[in-house]
Amino acid sequence: MNEKLRKTIIYLALIACGLFMIVPFIWMISTALMSQAEFNKGEAIFIPKENYNIIKNSSPEQKVIVVRTMGDSSLVHFLDADGKITKEYIKVETKSIKNINKRISIHWDNFIKVFKKVPFARYFANTLYVSFLSLLGVLVTSAFAAYAFSRMVFRGRDMIFLLFISMVMVPEPIYIITSYLLLDKLAWLDTYRGLIIPWWVNVFTVFLFRQHFKSLPKELFDAASIDGCSTFSMLTKIILPLSKPVIATASVFSIIGSWNSFMWPLVMTTKEELRLLQVGLSYFNAEASAQTTLLMAASTFSIVPILILFFLAQKQIIESTAKTGLKD
Amino acid sequence: MKTRWKLSPYLYILPALALLVAFRLVPIVMSFVISFFEWTLHGSGSFLGLSNYTKLFNDSVFWQSMMNTVWLVLFVVPCSLVFSLIFAVLLNQIKALRGLFRTVYFLPFVTSMVAVSIVWKIIFNEQTGLANKLISIFGISSQKWLAEARGIFDIFFSGFGIQLPSWAGGPSQALFAIIIMTVWKSLGYNTIIYLAGLQNIAKDYYEAAEIDGAGKFKQFFKITLPLVSPTTYYVLMMTTIVTFQAFSQVFLMTGPPKGGPLGSTNLIVYYIFQKGFDAQEMGYASAAALILFIVILGLTIIQKHLEKHVTY
Repeated sequence: MNEKLRKTIIYLALIACGLFMIVPFIWMISTALMSQAEFNKGEAIFIPKENYNIIKNSSPEQKVIVVRTMGDSSLVHFLDADGKITKEYIKVETKSIKNINKRISIHWDNFIKVFKKVPFARYFANTLYVSFLSLLGVLVTSAFAAYAFSRMVFRGRDMIFLLFISMVMVPEPIYIITSYLLLDKLAWLDTYRGLIIPWWVNVFTVFLFRQHFKSLPKELFDAASIDGCSTFSMLTKIILPLSKPVIATASVFSIIGSWNSFMWPLVMTTKEELRLLQVGLSYFNAEASAQTTLLMAASTFSIVPILILFFLAQKQIIESTAKTGLKD
Repeated sequence: MKTRWKLSPYLYILPALALLVAFRLVPIVMSFVISFFEWTLHGSGSFLGLSNYTKLFNDSVFWQSMMNTVWLVLFVVPCSLVFSLIFAVLLNQIKALRGLFRTVYFLPFVTSMVAVSIVWKIIFNEQTGLANKLISIFGISSQKWLAEARGIFDIFFSGFGIQLPSWAGGPSQALFAIIIMTVWKSLGYNTIIYLAGLQNIAKDYYEAAEIDGAGKFKQFFKITLPLVSPTTYYVLMMTTIVTFQAFSQVFLMTGPPKGGPLGSTNLIVYYIFQKGFDAQEMGYASAAALILFIVILGLTIIQKHLEKHVTY
């Protein structure tokens, strides 16, 4: 086959696949910026456009629907900015009506409306707080455990490591009910503790750190131990400064994980002031199911921080994901 | 080095190990234990022996949710594997813009299941959704999607005037909508894994095949597919395990009542959630959770076993 033609077909196929992946996001954002009335009409799909009539020279602009035209005068309904009818059957001069054909209209106010209805700022702050504190704990426990697993020899090491690895295989739904009972006993339900401390262990991070610590040259440690470096300062003064990239990668994954976690915070909290973003979003989904544009605005708001993080760290995220599939 | 008893390694492991034991191992063991009891929020009731399990086996809602989950897995896993392999093979052929495509494909994987479930719920809305707008371009009439309890095979064949028996109806159209969304969510991760697997195959094989005059399709089936099979097993296992745990889709896209219409989108994890937290039959829900665990464990063992015998 002609090489140029082959390449063209490949690119077209990739673009088609790419569209399938990205169109839901584009639709989410464009719907988040439409007025509800316009969305319900279903004419504009991706670009928030409006097709309506206005009264010439009115300020602020008066939107109308023409009901009937009778020569020089017409009967119209007055609309508010969202397209809801405010006054019916008003008689106006036909000349004064102007048709606005598909003007782009972006409704940033959807976001303001969402914030007025639901304390998303509070949910956002909660999520940030929980994600950050979970991350700190995960980094500390994982660095310690990985240090022992990779650089020390002790009885039961492989058994304990096997226990760690096998815990990855157990899905969250298996232990969510008994975790709830446990948190109830500890009086940790409806507390930040209950959302943070159980997630201070992350086997994936232990594994990632262990791989990296193992790859550091042995000579480094021999030299340090001759210089009388203690095991603890070996970790803090030698290993960790050499592990910045892997710490960054683990941090990004940990934050994405906490940000997106849903079942645990849904079950473990009932108070509204403790709600995390995903839980708040799910309540909003149940309460405002007819307000499509607001739901899309709320979804957009909850996704954007992770998208920013992803774009900043995409290289590390994609590359270390790719490595998980390869056998070592 | 000789193995010796030293205190410090254990001190380093202690924080992670203690948390792992307290918040993973203990709850897992406990869920096994309480599955033999009548257990509510307020503590233990009487020992029931196996009767939670026998009750479960006679519960038609449990079987329906299991069946729905199996349909989900049967559709999502092969579709996701085939499409992600195609994506990866295509991506592997190009240099320019590869990074951009990779990023776009990976987007759904990093975004939260809750937010994208809401987006897809609206996509599948009968009146205003994008799905119906899209199929109308191809002249297909408006579908009810998440509100449709009829099976997709039933809908398809009745279009040709063929009436299928009720057991052959297949997953409901509502579950089918969830299948599409779940495939979409899983594609990015699998594509990236496959791409790494493809890049691991030595170029020499293709060069040799080229000299022997083997075409691109022959190269794909004779070289790529066999050599990428370890990746295929990894992706197969991960996708299967993750798909069995699908929950947010049901919780956010369906209902009221959730899991509807007619229970046709009720999945096993949602069943466990409902029995455990809504009905507060925690022992009973734990029995269901344990069965899910056994199913996942069993499939993992079978897949590991197959992997040893089939891969190169």
